[in-house]
Amino acid sequence: MAFGPHLLLATLEGLVTSAVLALMALGLSLVFGVMRVVNVAHGEFFMLGAVLAWAVTATLGGNPAIGFLAALVISPLIVGAVALLAEQLVLKRLNYNPEATIVATIGLLYIIQQLALTFYGPDARPVAAPFNYRISLPWFGYSGYKLSIIGASAILLIATWFVLTRTRIGLVMRATQYDSETAQAFGIPVERVYAGVFALGAMLAAVAAVLIVPISQAHYLMGLDPLLLSFIVVIIGGLGSLRGTVVAALLIGVSDGVISVFFSPTLAKIIATLVVAMVLVFRPQGLFGTARR
Amino acid sequence: MRHDGFKPAALHVAVIALLFALNFMLPDYHHGLLARIMVLAVFAMGYNLLFGYVGLLSLGHAMFFSAGLYGSGLAIYHLGWSVPAAFGAGLVSGAALSLVIGLLALRTTGVAFMIVTMMFAQVFYLSILYFAQWTGGDQGLVLQQSQRLIEVGGVTLDLTEPVTRYMAALGLFSVVLVATLFIARSAFGRVLVAIRENEERTKMLGYDTFANKLAAVVASGVICAASGAAYALLFGYVGSTLASVQYSILPLLWVLLGGAATTLGPLVGTVFMYYVIDVTSGYTSAYMLVVGIALILLVLYFPKGVLGTIRDRWVRWLP
Repeated sequence: MAFGPHLLLATLEGLVTSAVLALMALGLSLVFGVMRVVNVAHGEFFMLGAVLAWAVTATLGGNPAIGFLAALVISPLIVGAVALLAEQLVLKRLNYNPEATIVATIGLLYIIQQLALTFYGPDARPVAAPFNYRISLPWFGYSGYKLSIIGASAILLIATWFVLTRTRIGLVMRATQYDSETAQAFGIPVERVYAGVFALGAMLAAVAAVLIVPISQAHYLMGLDPLLLSFIVVIIGGLGSLRGTVVAALLIGVSDGVISVFFSPTLAKIIATLVVAMVLVFRPQGLFGTARR
Repeated sequence: MRHDGFKPAALHVAVIALLFALNFMLPDYHHGLLARIMVLAVFAMGYNLLFGYVGLLSLGHAMFFSAGLYGSGLAIYHLGWSVPAAFGAGLVSGAALSLVIGLLALRTTGVAFMIVTMMFAQVFYLSILYFAQWTGGDQGLVLQQSQRLIEVGGVTLDLTEPVTRYMAALGLFSVVLVATLFIARSAFGRVLVAIRENEERTKMLGYDTFANKLAAVVASGVICAASGAAYALLFGYVGSTLASVQYSILPLLWVLLGGAATTLGPLVGTVFMYYVIDVTSGYTSAYMLVVGIALILLVLYFPKGVLGTIRDRWVRWLP
């Protein structure tokens, strides 16, 4: 294959990664923005979403499209419930202290990972795509499903943006993010907002996982790499900035795709991680965020 | 000194004497396990210096441990250095790495510090995988018995021999334990605690907090590197799993469990966690579950750890 088409393929793959990454990073960013909690277990919610998608489709059997749609609804709901439980039992009791919650979510990470290993096993298992349609480009055929991931992610991102900026729920969330004490003084049930945001963040990760699982199998260790990438995206994009998150996801996803095709994936990860650490050291508000108060 | 210095000193001597006596009493299996625990407790003590006394929570200390591990391991494996020279190489690697990381990471605070240290450690880990040609990648390297001998005045010490290994581990452990007790009681240690309690106020009193924190990062890095170097020399294995995120979390767990900012807490935490995993692994292979639940229960109910709680409730003089 010539250089041009090769680059196009790498870019398309990168866009698919970006689409999933944007959803997952948005969840992490919401939780960090509103609650000031660094959720290290976010990658495990992603993994749980994928594993549950496999469980749902395997239980239902039959037409892959029906199984997939069922998974798309059921899996995020269960993951949201698990997150809600963790929030009520652990994070709330720690008063959302940033350092204690990091340690607690690390504990959560180990627990979820071990339970997945025990009950799901060490194998990677595939989930059938809801449809198989190949779009033939002049140089190569490309999976229509992968393109639909980009579309689905865009729709979800726009929906989230709409909820955040145009609805009462979004207003309450932004008020809590801006100043939780004043929000509470104005009668906003801050604890319920926190619980809802934590569940919503986990559900976004689960949706991302269900979307990606037909092209990259469910495995109990699959949460670690996306977790680091999401951290990278959230840091580069600046906290609480939805636009920054999307732009950063595109930047990281596409450059990761392109670098991985032409160089070693390990080198790509080394460079990306190092660059981001330097961004955090020298420009902590992110490339697109504004300085914190 | 206002505090009574005798009781803490006696306690530390007693602990070291007890560990020495255990050499002659323990059965083979526990003898080997305790040697490993003492080396890892040194790692925890290095972590405690930064986390307990300065209040800086790092999620990347595996890189300092593995700087010592690979610094000494590669010097032996590729350059054929002697054991003492290789140990020195491990310490120098740890000092150099922690100086660079400290200069960069200390520009950030709080949560950003945790994430930055985690990312630098990840870069270090991935680099080990990337340069697999020299580091052995995820397979790791095994140091042969012939490479782990020390010649001292005509006597050959064999670090693969259990008693020698135990004594070497105990020697390192004792030196670091006494050093941390000394640091905790020194003016430097008190400035570190002052920074933990209120950095702005410490700055107002005229202390250069950045220089003090940097010194603490380097001291912590060198102690962790000493543990890593000893691990390579005593157990003969140098592998990338020892540089993974898990080995940044474990010292945090040990220190939290034993009691942050107590000199003996790291040892208590390491011994306890090792035996909890050892005992539970008889019933279940789910050791990650044990680690996870322990972490959550600790932050929820015992944020001060075993010795921290004992110090608060009963034994006020515990260092």
